[in-house]
Amino acid sequence: MKKKFWLAVALTATAIGAHAQANDTMAKVKSAGKVVMGTRESSAPLAYTLGNNQYTGYHVELCQRILKSVFPGTPVEYVAVTSANRIPLVQNGTVDIECGSTTNNEARQKDVAFALTTFVTEVRTAVKTDSAIKSVADLNGKTVATTTGTTSVALLRKNKRAQGIQFKEVYGKDHADSFLLLESGRADAFVMDDNILAGLIASSANPKNFHIVGETLNVEPIAIMIRKDDPKFKKAVDDYIRGAMKDGEIKILYDKWFMKPIPPKNVAVNLPMGKILTELMKNPNDKPAEAFNNQQ
Amino acid sequence: MALDWQIFCQDTIDRTAVQGCFGSGGPKGTQTYLDWLLQAWGQTVLVSALSLVVALVIGAIIGTIRTLPDSPWLARLGNWWVELFRNIPLLVQIFLWYHVVPVLFPAFAGMPKLALVVAGLGLFTSARIAEQVRAGIQALPRGQRYAGMALGFTTPQYYRYVLLPMAFRIIIPPLTSEAMNIFKNSSVAFAVSITELTFYAQQVGEETAHGIEVYMAVTALYIVSAFAINRIMAFIEKRARVPGFVAQTGGGH
Repeated sequence: MKKKFWLAVALTATAIGAHAQANDTMAKVKSAGKVVMGTRESSAPLAYTLGNNQYTGYHVELCQRILKSVFPGTPVEYVAVTSANRIPLVQNGTVDIECGSTTNNEARQKDVAFALTTFVTEVRTAVKTDSAIKSVADLNGKTVATTTGTTSVALLRKNKRAQGIQFKEVYGKDHADSFLLLESGRADAFVMDDNILAGLIASSANPKNFHIVGETLNVEPIAIMIRKDDPKFKKAVDDYIRGAMKDGEIKILYDKWFMKPIPPKNVAVNLPMGKILTELMKNPNDKPAEAFNNQQ
Repeated sequence: MALDWQIFCQDTIDRTAVQGCFGSGGPKGTQTYLDWLLQAWGQTVLVSALSLVVALVIGAIIGTIRTLPDSPWLARLGNWWVELFRNIPLLVQIFLWYHVVPVLFPAFAGMPKLALVVAGLGLFTSARIAEQVRAGIQALPRGQRYAGMALGFTTPQYYRYVLLPMAFRIIIPPLTSEAMNIFKNSSVAFAVSITELTFYAQQVGEETAHGIEVYMAVTALYIVSAFAINRIMAFIEKRARVPGFVAQTGGGH
């Protein structure tokens, strides 16, 4: 009992310590002389690696522009994060700004803050082109892949219970791994954000062999993630995004990453901007996913 | 930052608290994070227990043939086995079993992933156990082997009745470590989509945003499991002890 108590004390102390020292990102970056961007290795075209510690993508480029304007002349350090560790790394100050493919939802808002929504994804299903699966109902009795530590895992459970369909889940440790499960035939379908699916398909060996089918399971606002309770930094980031939405910079970035050929294969993702995001460009907000899905 | 243990009583879908902490189960019923935690623990125990059986059986055989006096090729085979399986990192071996073996040998493609993980973890550990079995046999005075031969035992007989009973008693302490290691190493199974404790920690930590509580619970279950193995082995060690049989330390000659 006593041991448990001291363990709890030690954990609490570290948590509070990390919280207290890292709440003013502007001051932290000034004193450290660098700003750390957390990004993803295989969330193309939002954020992905080209190898050699080179990161690129829609959100990475947007963040590079934001940081250049907020911290002119400050070197940017890149840290690869995963679905599972991104929130702790932002909380404990390892990462100052996370530019990947993070859904803004109510549960996460308790731990971190989100900038204005800069991308909207719809959770859908990728299958092989020769597959008979056309909708969620067709998944009955099939094996469905998704990635550990993402909201899609809970979403699958919800659909399973609501529609009374039975399917086996397999979990990849990251998106590339989940796609490998689909490619190698270990899974019949891969349920994930449509942009990630489109990006993975575009960069696969044979993009023609896969396509995205079925209804939208969920709408998720994707945003840049920063530390909670840091109004100064949040305002700086939001102001830049608001300006970029007004003067069309975001539209240009979107076209560059979603409509035109992108590295490494110079294949286009071909995902035109949806209705929801077009609307958000006119009236930016940072509402969580729950607000989007209750409207429908 | 207060620890909130109530999250384990919540339903895994609508996140409402469930009375009594256990869900009603069934495809349409409720399931709490506690239910899921116990399920994940079951997967960890299953993977570890099956791997331990594989490791003990194959490890004992490989370790024994490495000490056979008149079968140099069998001994060489045993040596290769040990070097092959202990020179490749465990995680790489698991990936080889999961992604590469089914492509090279289509017969494996239909095998459940659990069997592939058990093969990976079991064979990796079998190499380590084989090394301990060999050490145990070679730790015995050479006279034991000769005594068995002098009594007219065949090679299998003197292994069965003279060498192995003593060798296994000697190696119970390192075998205990190995059995506990298998429990902890089973965490690599999460990389190939076994829904065991480490997978649970990653997924539920993310879903509930209460990673600290989730990791504490998972850590506690790992400790409980490994310690249970430790107690079982200690019991076996005590029951199998033969007074004055295995070399006593400090005995004067």
